[in-house]
Amino acid sequence: MHIIEAGNVAAAMGVKLAGVQVVAAYPITPQTPLTEKLSELVDSREMDAQYIPVESEHSALSVCIAASSAGSRAFTATSANGLLYMNEQLHWAAGARLPIVMCVVNRGIGAPWTVWNDHQDAMSQRDTGWIQLYCCDHQQIIDTVIQAFAIAETVRAPVMVCYDGYILSHTYMPFDIPDQADVEKFLPAFTPDWALNPQCPANLNTVTLPEPRADVRGNTAPGYMEIRHNLHTDLRRTIDVTADTDTKFKDIFGRGGQPFIESYFCDDAEHVVVCMGSLSYQMRDVIDELRKEGVSVGVYGLRLYRPFPDRAVAEALDGRKNVLVFEKALSYGYEGPLFSDIKAALYGTDSLPKIRNFILGLGGREIRTRALYQAVKTACNENQSKPHEPDFIGLKL
Amino acid sequence: MATKKTTILNLPEEEYVHPGNRACAGCGLSIVYKTGLKALGRDSILVVPPSCLTVLQGLYPIAATQLPCLNVTFASTAAAATGVLAAMRAQKRPDVQVAAWAGDGGTSDIGLQALSGACERGEDFIFICYDNEAYMNTGVQRSGTTPQHVLTTTTPFTGKHQRKKDVPAIIAAHGIDYVATASAAYPLDFYDKVVKAKSIPGPKYIHVHTPCPAGWGFSPRYTVKIGRMAVETGLFDLYEREKGQFRLTGASEKMLGKKRKPVAEYFITQNRFKGMDEEKIQSLQAEVDEKWAGYEKIAQGVC
Ligand SMILES: Cc1ncc(C[n+]2csc(CCOP(=O)(O)OP(=O)(O)O)c2C)c(N)n1
Ligand code: SF4
Repeated sequence: MHIIEAGNVAAAMGVKLAGVQVVAAYPITPQTPLTEKLSELVDSREMDAQYIPVESEHSALSVCIAASSAGSRAFTATSANGLLYMNEQLHWAAGARLPIVMCVVNRGIGAPWTVWNDHQDAMSQRDTGWIQLYCCDHQQIIDTVIQAFAIAETVRAPVMVCYDGYILSHTYMPFDIPDQADVEKFLPAFTPDWALNPQCPANLNTVTLPEPRADVRGNTAPGYMEIRHNLHTDLRRTIDVTADTDTKFKDIFGRGGQPFIESYFCDDAEHVVVCMGSLSYQMRDVIDELRKEGVSVGVYGLRLYRPFPDRAVAEALDGRKNVLVFEKALSYGYEGPLFSDIKAALYGTDSLPKIRNFILGLGGREIRTRALYQAVKTACNENQSKPHEPDFIGLKL
Repeated sequence: MATKKTTILNLPEEEYVHPGNRACAGCGLSIVYKTGLKALGRDSILVVPPSCLTVLQGLYPIAATQLPCLNVTFASTAAAATGVLAAMRAQKRPDVQVAAWAGDGGTSDIGLQALSGACERGEDFIFICYDNEAYMNTGVQRSGTTPQHVLTTTTPFTGKHQRKKDVPAIIAAHGIDYVATASAAYPLDFYDKVVKAKSIPGPKYIHVHTPCPAGWGFSPRYTVKIGRMAVETGLFDLYEREKGQFRLTGASEKMLGKKRKPVAEYFITQNRFKGMDEEKIQSLQAEVDEKWAGYEKIAQGVC
């Protein structure tokens, strides 16, 4: 069924279709309408789930951690400082290997307060062991929420579905609501390998020693370091799982086919722009314009940010003259985090394109298509590398 | 109201704690843990934040407890209990008893927000706070419920200046149907309170005083004696607040109209009170006397 609705509603519809059993959330702009939509669906019994209106984000994720540990499919959502307030629980959810899904409606972080969009919130949580997927439009939001549960439950790791605050969360766009029966074919009911259960007691997340240790039956149980190593290798495996999930999704729903990076006019491009979220769609106008002028340029929209699909990225960037990374986040005192990741992915390959980093749109600073056009065009012509010095676009000092 | 009291003769024999655990010798928590799990019964799920109880329960992959237990972060206990309950409702398993079990620091300080939220929402769980009156797991630092003048590693010379936070009163102010206090020195009274709590829907809060030989500075063989003295001096009182109705129970109830032991007798038994001088003792004695004058009035129906 096609509807025209806000991005937050698309996310809520995805949560409903995914058969989530426990939802806990705490309001924060611009995530709030998603939470409100879910309360409406639960309260009107359109959705058969437990909705827990908690007193903080820390508690919201705690509820999901416990509900997931007890064998239920769990969901929460937040933005900015709410996400940071969950930090301890983010590590806990990943360390406990719980397939929780959370929408992060991206927003800049205080201080000073801002309610507008950038990617600093989710990107600064990239090392918490969560899988991170970024969406470019409403169709991707609803589809990715559904896929996120499939990925999470396959690898037993939590997933963040990230999308731009206001730009996507509050704007209306047409999208297709998948058929419930098809979703059930794609995503069967959650059957955990283990769960809290009085009939089969277990003590979960206990103090664990650095070294492996025998259990009461003499079987070797991993030490803390092995448990961490397993999380890491399973997350690396998630790159393949994401691709398989996308293939399965495409078979049923006909959408997809670019699980890691969405490409726009990149096949033959000498110069490529890389960005995340809605910015990659805005950039398409720039590409159209420059192509008309004969500049050989395309744009990649990165969908999977953690685990970083390094091989796919290196392959995509192979043989390009210029790689221009545009991002709405900073690793303060260094450069944009995506820029560092892309350079790392290129290390050890023969391809060493000229590479530049542009920081823009922080705290909702307007991103003018004209400014994007200027930056891309100039950078393509200059054909220069600036390995650590990001250029700020739209800065008014 | 007077239900039949459990005695040592009819206390269930089944043990849910394996012999041998990692608590210190003489730990008051060991007594209440063993007794409390008997009262909760097999069909229960525990939620435990970092504390001495985490250590007591053992190191991965071996556990001292026979009940399923979710170890959670320090601030999240009551929210995690909420999550287990939500999952049980979603899976149509309403008979599972969910019990959160936290130390006084995890309850009165960092976990208070989540506990308050869960009480306000009316979550159907039992929250047991074992009060050893400091952060013992990290090495005896002051907590919100450390009594005034007590020496801890963060109040090392002049003792804690502030008074003990009255957590049961704070929780009672949420208007929940059952708030009780208990003591490791009276495990059967605690047992009966947990059993009663199980029969009441909504949030239930039980605050148990658990003497700690390591942190309080007394010989492990005196745990019960010291726990009793706290009650006999009137410093820690055993009571229940059922649907707002307050009544002293057990040993505290029996003290109504009688002379209490002087608080000074309690203070000399433990190293943590070494910083007390006569003036401080007298002022605390006066506070206890005033509190008990209030109890006497309530018992006589004058409020
Ligand atoms: C967020 C966070 N801060 C601090 C700690 C360190 N910590 C672990 S246990 C503990 C004290 C626990 O005290 P209490 O709740 O009174 O239980 P007890 O150890 O006395 O049994 C602290 C401070 C932690 N685990 N998590
Ligand atoms: S420090 Fe105190 S409360 Fe903790 S285990 Fe030892 S005796 Fe028990």
